[in-house]
Amino acid sequence: MLLDLFLTFFRIGAFTFGGGYAMISVIEDICVARKEWITHEDLVNVTVIAESTPGPVAINCATFVGYRQKGLAGAAAATLGVVLPSFLIIWLISMFLDRFLEIAWVAGAFRGIRVAVGLLILDVGIRMIKKMPKEPLRIVLTACTLAAMLLISIFAWNVSTVVLLLAAGAVSLAVYLVRERTAGKDGGRE
Amino acid sequence: MIYLDLLAGFLEVGCFSFGGAYAAIPLIRDVVLSHGWVTEEMLTDMIAVSESTPGPIMVNLATYVGTSQAGIPGAVIATLASILPAFLIILLIMIVMKKFMDNRYVRAAMRGLQACVAGVITAVGCYMLYQNAFRPLAAEAADFRPLALAGVLALIYFGSRKVMKKGLSPIALIGISACMGVVLFGI
Repeated sequence: MLLDLFLTFFRIGAFTFGGGYAMISVIEDICVARKEWITHEDLVNVTVIAESTPGPVAINCATFVGYRQKGLAGAAAATLGVVLPSFLIIWLISMFLDRFLEIAWVAGAFRGIRVAVGLLILDVGIRMIKKMPKEPLRIVLTACTLAAMLLISIFAWNVSTVVLLLAAGAVSLAVYLVRERTAGKDGGRE
Repeated sequence: MIYLDLLAGFLEVGCFSFGGAYAAIPLIRDVVLSHGWVTEEMLTDMIAVSESTPGPIMVNLATYVGTSQAGIPGAVIATLASILPAFLIILLIMIVMKKFMDNRYVRAAMRGLQACVAGVITAVGCYMLYQNAFRPLAAEAADFRPLALAGVLALIYFGSRKVMKKGLSPIALIGISACMGVVLFGI
């Protein structure tokens, strides 16, 4: 099992292009659909946790799934597995290839990969939206953060996604508290 | 002592790199430039390499700086230091999570956070596609190849779900895109 975790996350780590988000689609494919180690909802929750804590999504997800499966040892195996590919690749690049990206076919391959990564990330986002319960508040929050994040990217504003998360969490909590207070006499609801 | 410097420097990076790779870059910059580990130009190159190679930028930079400063031991120390905070924080959360998640106020906040993450990820996907597929059209010599590639990849990826039970895996899609990229742009 430990070896399985290590090898699985090694494979995932080798394909974590373009920040952590593309890896969510790889994790969903392998850990949710094929191996059934975690559920879709677990994955959404760990993404939330990963975004609100320091550290890359990749590391956070690996630690989470590893711990779920096999406790501390599992967490260590999965986390080491996920960082090892990038460690080896960067180490090789820094040793042997000074002008790595100037090699025409390498640059070409990466241009292709970046297009695929955009598609994969969009697919993850759309799937999360589709599977979300359709409450008005959630739909509004999703629409607002989507618009805000697009503006942040287009104008290259230096705003951390943590700010968006805090705002969305606060709004959701506030709405809940207000509803609880107004419905307080009937015993509240959940 | 360089090993201790690397350890302390990348622990700091690991502790405070909130909010995705791009938000963390300013902090990483401060740490590596203030120690004189890399020059501004090397850092820009390194960010370009990190964007193309697998793995989080923070970890890639740690490996790179560690190697250039103190060989393999340096690389190992810097890399482990950069991931240790994230590792410990998730462990801690997992240990208290069961109780934490049962709290109704936490759940109320969590619903908002889930909606937010879905919005953020969708936006990042849209923006990446715009940057890599649509923007080359607006260049002086309009380049239609990236958009065509995006169309073909989308057709393969989403089309495969209609034909096969589980569809094409993301890893296979990345492999295909790399090969097509070499043919389209690299030759």
